[in-house]
Amino acid sequence: MTSYIRISNGKVYDPSNNVDGQIQDICIENGKIVETVPADARKIDASGMVIMPGGVDIHCHIAGPKVNLARKLQPEDHRHDPHPGTLHTRSGSGGTVPSTFATGYRYATLGYTTAMEAAVTPIGARHTLEELHDTPVIDKGFYVLLGNNIFLQQLLKEGRKEEFKQAVAWWINSTKAYTTKLVNPGGDEPWKGKKNSNVSDIDEKVTETDISPRQIIDAFIDAVNELGLPHPPHVHCNNLGHSGNFKTTLETMRTAGDRRVHLAHIQFHSYAGEIGKNPGSAAREIADYVNDHPNISCDVGQVMFGKSTIMTADAPLAYMLRGIAKGKWVNADTECESGCGIVPFKYQEHVYVHAMQWAIGLELFLLSKDPWRIILSTDHPNGGSFMNYPKLIKLLMDSSFRKEELSRANQKAINKTLLPELDREYSLNEIAIITRAGPARCLGLSNKGHLGVGADADITIYDDQQDKELMFNAPRYVFKSGIPVISNHEFCEDHTGKLLHVAPDYDESIVDSVRPFFENYYSIEFDNYAVDDSYLHDHEIIPTINQ
Amino acid sequence: MSENIKIVKNATCTFCGCVCDDMELTVDLDKKQIIKAKNACVLGRAWFAEHTIQEGPVALIDGKESKLEDAIEEAAQTLTKAKFPITYGLSDTTCEAQRQAVAITDFIRGTIDTTTSVCHGPSGLAFQGVGESTMTLGEVKNRADFVMYWGGNPAESHPRHFTRYSVTPKGMFTPNGKKDRTVVLVDVRRTASTPVADIFLQVKPGKDFELAWAMRALVKGHTVDASIEEETGISLEVLTDLVERMKNCNYGVLFMGMGLTMTRGRHFNSGAIMALATDLNEFTHFVAKPVRGHGNVTGADNVVSWQTGYPFGVNFSKGYPRFNPGEFTTVDTLSRGDADAALIIASDPAANFPQAAINHLHKIPVVSFDTKETATSQLAHVAFRTSTYGINTGGTAYRMDDVPITLRPAFESPFPSDEEILTALKKRVHELVIAKSRSQGAGTAKVAAPIR
Repeated sequence: MTSYIRISNGKVYDPSNNVDGQIQDICIENGKIVETVPADARKIDASGMVIMPGGVDIHCHIAGPKVNLARKLQPEDHRHDPHPGTLHTRSGSGGTVPSTFATGYRYATLGYTTAMEAAVTPIGARHTLEELHDTPVIDKGFYVLLGNNIFLQQLLKEGRKEEFKQAVAWWINSTKAYTTKLVNPGGDEPWKGKKNSNVSDIDEKVTETDISPRQIIDAFIDAVNELGLPHPPHVHCNNLGHSGNFKTTLETMRTAGDRRVHLAHIQFHSYAGEIGKNPGSAAREIADYVNDHPNISCDVGQVMFGKSTIMTADAPLAYMLRGIAKGKWVNADTECESGCGIVPFKYQEHVYVHAMQWAIGLELFLLSKDPWRIILSTDHPNGGSFMNYPKLIKLLMDSSFRKEELSRANQKAINKTLLPELDREYSLNEIAIITRAGPARCLGLSNKGHLGVGADADITIYDDQQDKELMFNAPRYVFKSGIPVISNHEFCEDHTGKLLHVAPDYDESIVDSVRPFFENYYSIEFDNYAVDDSYLHDHEIIPTINQ
Repeated sequence: MSENIKIVKNATCTFCGCVCDDMELTVDLDKKQIIKAKNACVLGRAWFAEHTIQEGPVALIDGKESKLEDAIEEAAQTLTKAKFPITYGLSDTTCEAQRQAVAITDFIRGTIDTTTSVCHGPSGLAFQGVGESTMTLGEVKNRADFVMYWGGNPAESHPRHFTRYSVTPKGMFTPNGKKDRTVVLVDVRRTASTPVADIFLQVKPGKDFELAWAMRALVKGHTVDASIEEETGISLEVLTDLVERMKNCNYGVLFMGMGLTMTRGRHFNSGAIMALATDLNEFTHFVAKPVRGHGNVTGADNVVSWQTGYPFGVNFSKGYPRFNPGEFTTVDTLSRGDADAALIIASDPAANFPQAAINHLHKIPVVSFDTKETATSQLAHVAFRTSTYGINTGGTAYRMDDVPITLRPAFESPFPSDEEILTALKKRVHELVIAKSRSQGAGTAKVAAPIR
């Protein structure tokens, strides 16, 4: 049966279609936005309300092996934050690493309808797909970790660039991923193999592999561009968290030249100062470079004060952070593919470094000249839970609130930044860009992040409130694929959402090169490695530009 | 041998936590029997040989043959009527079935627990306390030059652990296999595994914690008194030498057996070993890993964790998951006489639980799922006969190192899979729960505002 809905009288923010707060009707037919619907369509009166496309999270950690380890690790984090079920929805537990069901429902309660898990080992893809299937409401995908893949590095070292590209495409197809992810490229071998060390210079040749981080980054940018993936390589630069790391970040961006690249949680990579000493802010230098280079996109990775969970494929970083409080720590090495570290963490206002990180994130937002390329994220749960997004939006939209919050943070840190001088306030239109239209465009999701005809009917309707934190915390309606999942603030229907992935074409003979490596160095059989279609629930293949 | 022979390559053995996926099965499709399992160990060969199809009804209600639909209806009624239903087992079935079982338990506001609570549950608690530096088994093959087993006898419990993953395999940085490794075994007695070890430490029974803690002290540079020998059976000289070897290896591994978790000290023992591995990272790369028993017990831990936030011993009576091992773990619940219905999946507690727990199982309606007749199915109110995972049905099993593997079934069974029946049961249970809620006039429960 065809379902028709007409939403009337709401103020629409749809930046992709140059709609900035005009009153317009939105019509839905079977999960898609259409020009018009029959007169007997279900009507929703959105008077006094704000209508936006559903939110799109371009970078979060919500499913897969490391996320589940972090969940298991912290019963104390769940206990204070239960998520009761309803007749329509499953129960779960919250905290900074919620259960899968709680994750999906809570994204929906913020008006988010798409989220991308940002780091999955290829061997953990199957696990991730199972968890994503159990993550309701939202559409989702994941980025596959290939930047420390030993076989790919061998191909690079031997100059076999064409095979490198084919192998990257094979790996993406074998895991059902959305794009490639590089984390601290080159750093895993020193961590695992040379007594817990790391690589610190983008041009340093790693002893074990004889190639440098820059060579790896360069090769991935080429390969992914040639494959025509809708989203470029998603890069977590070297030296995350270290004072003075902005130079590495600039060098990483320069490596790209004018080719597309996405820099993840760039706040964590915008520190001035000397290594081993307290950081200063290099937000200006980073923001200037991004502003001047339209080939670069990034998400901020804002730090929010309070509980977080550090979970990263950057294992040496997690070990360094573990050294601060000497609390519980997880390290998880994945054969031939990746490292991983997990540390429960808390950002505190009075701590110099934490206040500096908080301020740098806000500086980056406020110094950005093109909101389409600086995307809102907290690198959930590394900078804080995604449940902080409404508060972050208020920090951006309300300069007096920002000043209040700023006065509570470590003043020594704050006064070393530009933040006290920045009076800019984001408009609702700009918020719609950094939370919806921008990430959808960066991801190449042409049916998401906008409300034009043909778009997925992922729609959020908020009460238009003065307090933007309250407003973005509790949408009155959330439509996912045209289904009214939340109506009058209550869940009234469950929905599974779908998996978004790519399937670039590749030369199947590459398998002959990969197989012998597997047989020597992996502990599972090659023929049992690739993920078959039975692990896809509802899914959509986003075409490459060549398809 | 019939003509109707099929070869299944790269099949997976789900008998133990090694989940070896390099089986080559020769299947007689007429006899519905695996006649040869190339690459399997002695336990795997028995697992494949024993799982033949035994004729019998797909479902029994109070011992009488029943139609599948009727049995599903009866099971759904039984579970939804109960005030304190429990779900238990799950380690010998697929993740797909486990996911359905957690959903059912959520809908009926029951308690879910897995066989983890009677094997490496204490290691799970220790993990929550101290964390763990760990790895996939391929890292051991490729890198480990120091391998220590503590409180286990893999030669008999996990026969291919040595040869496939940890002692003899040749890897990237271990081109000479065993020659490149120092193998240490800690146990209370000599076992079939002892000959593999370069160094064998015979610890006094119940003194594992003391031994591990003395090693932590030595790693951290503290003085340990020579009386440690009297306490643990291991001399200070031997311990000092061992700790130096650990600090100076390139990649060290500590494997934990159930000799740690089911003896005096329990989670303290596992926690001490995990903390020891963590401490050693000041000097070199060091990891630890529990050697898990059942074929997919690791999958059960993962599924229950991602759906509820907690790995086992989870109660939904308040409408959301709560975790309290000792209260919500099945042996404890049954022994106290708390549960008033039980859903037992792929496990036989009536044969191996303490007597007080078994006595209570006899008093309450039990719904059982198993591939054959068991002590539990004999006492069950509703007993389902299902096909065997990895032999008759596909799906996913997680190796002890959290690596998921897709199963390749060898031949068809006339019986449905756990997942198929559980999915039907979930659907019916959900309908009954909604009907019950409406008949009581209760409005839709609301999602509580998230607390920040």
